Amino acid sequence: MTIGTASHWITAPVLVPAVIAALMLFVGDRRLGAQRALGLASCIALAVIAANLLARGASGDVQPYFAGDWPAPFGIVLVLDRLAAFMLALTAAVALFALVAAVGGRDPVDAHGRHFHPLFQFQLMGLNGAFLTGDLFNLFVFFEVLLIASYCLLAHGQSAPRLKAAVHFTVINLAASGLFLIAVAMLYAVTGTLNMADLALRVRELPAADVPVARAGALLLLVVFAVKAAAFPLYLWLPGAYAAAAAPIAALFAVMTKVGVYSIMRVHGTIFGPGAGDAALVTGSWLEVGAIATAVLAVVGALGAQSIGRMTAYLTIASVGTLLIALGRFSAEALGAALYYAAHSTFVIAALFLLAAEIGFRRGAAGDRLVPGPAIARPLVLGGAYLVAAASVVGLPPFSGFVGKLMILTATRDLPATVVLWTVVLASGLLAMIGLTRAGAIVFWTPDGPAPDAPVRRDRGPWPALAMLACGIALAVFAAPVKRYADAAGRQIADTQRYAADLLGDGKARSVRPFPGGIRPEGGKP
Amino acid sequence: MELLVATGIGVVAACGVYLMLRGRTFSVVLGLTLLSYAVNFFIFATGRLAVGVPPVVADGAPGYADPLPQALVLTAIVIGFGTTGYLVELALRARDETGTDHVDAEEPRQ
Repeated sequence: MTIGTASHWITAPVLVPAVIAALMLFVGDRRLGAQRALGLASCIALAVIAANLLARGASGDVQPYFAGDWPAPFGIVLVLDRLAAFMLALTAAVALFALVAAVGGRDPVDAHGRHFHPLFQFQLMGLNGAFLTGDLFNLFVFFEVLLIASYCLLAHGQSAPRLKAAVHFTVINLAASGLFLIAVAMLYAVTGTLNMADLALRVRELPAADVPVARAGALLLLVVFAVKAAAFPLYLWLPGAYAAAAAPIAALFAVMTKVGVYSIMRVHGTIFGPGAGDAALVTGSWLEVGAIATAVLAVVGALGAQSIGRMTAYLTIASVGTLLIALGRFSAEALGAALYYAAHSTFVIAALFLLAAEIGFRRGAAGDRLVPGPAIARPLVLGGAYLVAAASVVGLPPFSGFVGKLMILTATRDLPATVVLWTVVLASGLLAMIGLTRAGAIVFWTPDGPAPDAPVRRDRGPWPALAMLACGIALAVFAAPVKRYADAAGRQIADTQRYAADLLGDGKARSVRPFPGGIRPEGGKP
Repeated sequence: MELLVATGIGVVAACGVYLMLRGRTFSVVLGLTLLSYAVNFFIFATGRLAVGVPPVVADGAPGYADPLPQALVLTAIVIGFGTTGYLVELALRARDETGTDHVDAEEPRQ
């Protein structure tokens, strides 16, 4: 290859979980301890690799990996850039803590059903692959990998509400997968390529007759990603699914909505970004309108929720709304702000899911429902953690939510709709605060009886949740370096030319199609 | 031929959507299957409809069919097969657990 090929480490985030998951199937369900050890080892390895790739991504080059050394538009290509490295690191951190939460505690979730650990690894494989791939069809394939694993993980433990949520979740995502394929096929029909870099160059020079098809394909992709990200009006599946899932699984799923947002950044930011000729910024104001509706309806849902778990699910949607508001016009600054906010909201919301489960456990029969119930024994750590998480998620200083929202407000200051966007971002924070305060007051301050008898074993405490909150606080403490990284990532996403040049070299590599309008191979028969 | 293929895909997709919107898991599974058939044909058609040409380059042939959509369709079929299998199992499980095959896990009130 003429282009600087990157190290083989880029494949590791996909290969490690795939190999480990296969190994686990040989180990078998009976030896849960061995599976746990393998799973934790894999997650720790992924965290180390992600840190390594994060440092590599910081060099600022777009680093492609050509599987089998096939040149870019033809073979399978993985791409490491700042955005991918950032998302990989985020996933690795959340996955590690979620897995610790799943195997630890008094009632380990992984013992509730079969094959928890292999599914968890396959989910990670799909997530990492989706972040790394540089090809639209492989994005579909990795989406399917992570979705198949998530269908099973959601139903893990099998109770009636979980199975009902799983049926809804599976059906809507299968329908979305069909739309994904239609959109991919439409883009292939007009451009003759599915490589993202190649696509980005092709959509600029489409003949006028083909532009509407490309735009329709791009908007269909927006619908698909909005289903994954749970944006208005396609979010209805999320509250039921996330509230029904076991807490560590819901915590991992907090990353899954971000995959939708990531894909919007990648596809509509890089391929259909401001420089894409007649197909530029196809999302237009749809994205902003959808984002505003998402944020508003989600906080209304959070206010009306009857349990902390469900409220957290609605707050997940609210965070997606805020993220999409930031994406709006795909400016480099806004993309950076969105990336920072994505990291913050993933950590804090994952922590809230785990805290909700812990609160539910300690309140006995009242669970995490917002009804007066028995007092919580030793509420200091749990209550303090809830306070930090709540303050962070609504965006109070000095926590990461404040920094993230500040970045988003700064990035959207010069838009025509600034007044509306700012009102929505700030008011949704206020409403979320009312909801979270009400929930906290009911659970911690208005007990209607003494605490249930202390569990026989000593509390281990919500350590994974605390660790995630610590990550959120670290984001606030080290806001400057993280912001620099995120801003650089934003500029990199918006710089389509550079992305294409780094991937395709001289840009002469072109796909070959055997019909009029397609480009024939050199020396091919006429 | 274009008209025939296009209407065929359209009719199958419409039937799929109709079945998907029904309330019983069995119809929904059938609907998703029909939809995925329509999608697979659609992908196939993006390689343009070519009659009587070899699937890959051959000497003396007037041209060749676009092989990429065929590869995509193959992948899509495999994935669709797996997910449909899972959905059938999930639907059966949900019926066992909730006692109804309605997608909302409860019989609608009459």
